[in-house]
Amino acid sequence: MENWKNNKAVFWVLSVPGTAWLVVFFLIPLSLVWILSFGEKSGIIDIVITWTSENYVRASEQVYLEVIWKSVWVSVLATFFCLVIAYPIAFVISFAPSKWKPLLLLAVILPFWINLLIRTYALIAVFRTRGYVNFTLEWIWEKLNAILGFVGLAEYELIGARFEPLSMLYNNFAVIAGIVYVFMPFMVLPLYANIEKLDKSYLEASLDLGASQSRTFWSVVFPLTMPGIISGIILVFIPALGSFLIPDLLGGTNAQMIGNVIERQFKSANDWPFGSALSFLLMYVTFGALALRALLAGRKSGMEV
Amino acid sequence: MAADMTANVSIETPGKPQRRKRRRRDIGPLDYGKRLWMRMFVGAIFVLLYAPILTLMIFSFNDSKRNVVWKGFTFKYYIKAWNNDGLFEAFMNSITIAFFSTIISTILGAMIALLLWRFRFPGKAAYEGAMALPIVVPEICMGVAMLVFFARIGWPSGMPWPFNLSAITIAHIAFSFPFVAVVVRARMAGFNRELEEASKDLGASEWQTFWNVVLPYMRPGVVAGALLAFTLSLDDFVITFFTSGPDTVTFPVKVYSMVRFSVTPEVNAASTVLVVITVIATFLAMRFQSPSRADG
Repeated sequence: MENWKNNKAVFWVLSVPGTAWLVVFFLIPLSLVWILSFGEKSGIIDIVITWTSENYVRASEQVYLEVIWKSVWVSVLATFFCLVIAYPIAFVISFAPSKWKPLLLLAVILPFWINLLIRTYALIAVFRTRGYVNFTLEWIWEKLNAILGFVGLAEYELIGARFEPLSMLYNNFAVIAGIVYVFMPFMVLPLYANIEKLDKSYLEASLDLGASQSRTFWSVVFPLTMPGIISGIILVFIPALGSFLIPDLLGGTNAQMIGNVIERQFKSANDWPFGSALSFLLMYVTFGALALRALLAGRKSGMEV
Repeated sequence: MAADMTANVSIETPGKPQRRKRRRRDIGPLDYGKRLWMRMFVGAIFVLLYAPILTLMIFSFNDSKRNVVWKGFTFKYYIKAWNNDGLFEAFMNSITIAFFSTIISTILGAMIALLLWRFRFPGKAAYEGAMALPIVVPEICMGVAMLVFFARIGWPSGMPWPFNLSAITIAHIAFSFPFVAVVVRARMAGFNRELEEASKDLGASEWQTFWNVVLPYMRPGVVAGALLAFTLSLDDFVITFFTSGPDTVTFPVKVYSMVRFSVTPEVNAASTVLVVITVIATFLAMRFQSPSRADG
């Protein structure tokens, strides 16, 4: 690698446009939000920066603490389900015949190139009262009822007098299912990268020495894939915590997350300083998670996200 | 967030030897992919992953407003979506934004990638960290940052098309070019620096070396990065949602406002078009990134 002093002209030509864009259109806007978070509203659109910490104090009020707490546990649960689902998938892909691997990986990656909005919207059609899940359940119910009628049990109404559709939309279940559905690929990829690199002879050694498959998994594979698990958890947890669209479309009024509260401050509630404070709380959590990962994985380069 | 990982995930051949203890139909202890229950689990997950999108696409051809039972094949919702002025305008806006955002973010991203690939400079780790920020910062934070920024500096609104899209385009470039940088840099990691030195030793100028030696090698990465930038821009909802005004609606923002009211086959049709465009772009990007084309 060349020292930048050897060729200053090229160095500046390459670095200035991108750096300037990053500073002007990313770092300055973020700093503005940070400054605003210490401001106070003095009119409908006027904000004075008084360096008050009131906005952060307000974030610790009961109402907001509940939302923050709820966002955290919804994200934790969703991340956990992602891990449980993604691990076997990553495992099967890395033990699949090599000609199948690229195809299987593509199958995992492809959905997250598809618009987040469209994927979330597709779930509405699946979950709503007159959606595909309830349609299938109703069909099963009818068949079951017909069988019960056939064997002469119809009058006992064993499975209810009529089909009751499940309400799966506009609650926490829908939000968690949505997050799992949307962010699952984020979990598969780091796990796959890790399991793929795993020296398979460790597994063979463990099995040869008489350990069972489950013992081999918990004592050998699981600890060795810890870096991948941590990467995956952070890659899912960060966007899950900040998700706005999924709870907005799939969650009802009582399944709101921190992202929805932030959005409301900037749109309908028009309280920018408070919204800014909430955004920065979210940023701090994100940075904390990234720092934790850097600490645990001991990675050096920021570009290898 | 996709591309950097796809770039890092190398596909190696494991060459797993068959173990001595053979059980049920030649399934070795490590042939997890051959176990029936594993296959069923993975198959079920893939079905769950794709079923919602596929049903959405299939039912966009359904000749029924209620959209649950198949009533026959029709193109009428595509025609309706096409004739829906608001939807069409939003679609054109999205394409325009994606076009300009792709050009500028590809150039900026490729330059940053070259910079990081070529030079050693003080504070490089911190610089790389700052460059990765747009990738890791929660979308909603970046969205509000853009909203606050354009409001506070008084970015002119109500300009004639396409200048009214400038704020959204700027925001899209800001989150796209670091992705392009990651993809291009991954490509440059395989470049033999001696080629560059040889070119300069033989008297070529900086520009000639770049144009004739570095760029041909870099090109697949640049194309993949550009396609990534295109899909990122076309797909973005959250950041656009905060930067768009009433007269600068993009396709996802328009679909969002339509979806809030009801699930209509028209939205299904329009979504299907967008899905097809992104899937094609993704396939092209993968082809340009794949190792078989690496020496191109």
